[in-house]
Amino acid sequence: MWKFIVKRLIAMVPVLLGVTLIIYLIMNMAPGDPAKVILGEQATPEQIAALREEMHLNDPVLIQYARYILNLLRGDMGTSYNSGLNCATEIFARFPNTLRLTVTAVSLSIILALPIGILAAVHQNSVFDGVSMFVALLGLSMPVFWLGMLLILLFSLRLGWLPSSGSEGFKSLVLPGVTLGFQHMAAIARVTRSSMLEVIRADYIRTARAKGVSENKVITKHALKNALIPTVTVIGIQFGGMLGGSVMTESVFAWPGIGRLMVQSINKRDIPMVLGCVIMFSVSFSIVNLIVDILYGFIDPRIKSQYK
Amino acid sequence: MSENKNTNVADLKQKYKKQSQFKEIFKRLLRNKSATAGAIVVILLLFMAIFADALHDYETQVIKQDIMNRLQSPSAEHWFGTDEMGRDIFARVCYGAKYSLLIGFTGAVTSLVLGIVLGAMAGFYGGKIDNIIMRFMDVLLAIPGTLLAIAIVASLGSSIRNLIIALSISGIPGMSRIVRSSVLTVKDQEYVEAARAIGANDRTIIFKHVLPNGMAPIIVQSTLRVASVILSAAGLSFLGLGVPAPHPEWGALLTNARAYIRDNSYMCLFPGLAIMITILSLNLLGDGLRDALDPKLK
Repeated sequence: MWKFIVKRLIAMVPVLLGVTLIIYLIMNMAPGDPAKVILGEQATPEQIAALREEMHLNDPVLIQYARYILNLLRGDMGTSYNSGLNCATEIFARFPNTLRLTVTAVSLSIILALPIGILAAVHQNSVFDGVSMFVALLGLSMPVFWLGMLLILLFSLRLGWLPSSGSEGFKSLVLPGVTLGFQHMAAIARVTRSSMLEVIRADYIRTARAKGVSENKVITKHALKNALIPTVTVIGIQFGGMLGGSVMTESVFAWPGIGRLMVQSINKRDIPMVLGCVIMFSVSFSIVNLIVDILYGFIDPRIKSQYK
Repeated sequence: MSENKNTNVADLKQKYKKQSQFKEIFKRLLRNKSATAGAIVVILLLFMAIFADALHDYETQVIKQDIMNRLQSPSAEHWFGTDEMGRDIFARVCYGAKYSLLIGFTGAVTSLVLGIVLGAMAGFYGGKIDNIIMRFMDVLLAIPGTLLAIAIVASLGSSIRNLIIALSISGIPGMSRIVRSSVLTVKDQEYVEAARAIGANDRTIIFKHVLPNGMAPIIVQSTLRVASVILSAAGLSFLGLGVPAPHPEWGALLTNARAYIRDNSYMCLFPGLAIMITILSLNLLGDGLRDALDPKLK
């Protein structure tokens, strides 16, 4: 298993290099001179030229990129045009907030989606199945930010139960967590249902029932374990969507995470900060994909045996 | 006797007359009630988008300000109420279909075309070409789609054209992977070998024999991609990175409505409903198409 993890970590290096290169090139296409952005409208051409030289902006893009990567390895993500501080300081200060939000959303969606998916499959074509799958389809069709606005309207403005912004305490986490988790809960519930439906018709389930195993055990021990692989895959894929969704959710709830920082930086044309945020999101996504691959091994011993 | 035999042959021909595959798929799709409902709504929305200019005058009904009538609740005169500039929200939501569907379909078709070219090349030729294309796609897939689109729009600036470019690029990796796997399942079939044996060139083989036979998952994915492009475009517009004001794109309408959510909540209700109904219909149609194109997948 360790050998597999090390192999995957090594394989992540070229992918992350590619990711940083693509993002770096995209952000470099941005119109406008960074030196002008930093110095402002009043700057003289000499001042701009001097700053360009100091920032090595006259070097070829690939040289600039290589320098960026070397600095990145030392934890330096460049200097924010806006605050003048190292971008890494601000990004790492906000990262725990985004992590708290996404972990809450993922946990919430898994805790609710698995039982819903299992019950819908076990009681296929029942009222519960119909209603839950229709709600799941609605969840998949709702824009995250709209759901957030509706929840604010109902629970903050009308009922006054929960705060509409801020990040202090458990209460402030409820609405953003539900907003971000709802769409993913819908996707996970749908996949759990369909993979459970496939599994509960399998011969080994019939055999387990014939042996007199209780229905609870048949579902939780025999069926669920075999139906979990597609569910775990979807959870991993959904995490990427969740990172995108966190940008919207953080904007709706004024949540002080990386997503909001990124949007604020885009509006201020703070390119190094935007670059740092996208790289941070992509690294997190790659790590989650690695965790999902490792989880496969724990769920399915056949896959674990291939991890050599 | 001979006449009798001929009649029997004609009967048998009639009985076993080869049904057109398209007709079969269409019949299966029609049998699925939710997919049919989805298709009807999508057609209505397309109608609304195509004839947007005929249904509502852009200058006088969609963007013209009427401060005297600002922030009016829904009524017989203004079905969805009016916004902070006194513009009729119903007209703006209806006209918004033009922007959302234009972006959705253009974005999905562009990533489909580029995905087909790259995925077909990778799957058909294999080897080094496959390795180069797919490793590049792996790198793009490591960046969450919405974030890639945000990065592109942030760099190029917000406009409808840049939004379409961003959402098209972010859809290419997923599409090319699906096309590649479809091509891989088909390319070693005997009819492909037969086409090669009679001297057909690669282009003919790919576009006439391989792609049409591996089209089912590609069509389904394309329908679902339209939905996800519309959703992402609304999200980007909501963040101020999509369609600029005063164009009435649905996401942009919601950004506007946010400031008035406390006292004029109707403003955020209708554009959101429009997005949800559109995505729901496209998802229902996509699910129905998947079942109709390949009943085994159901």
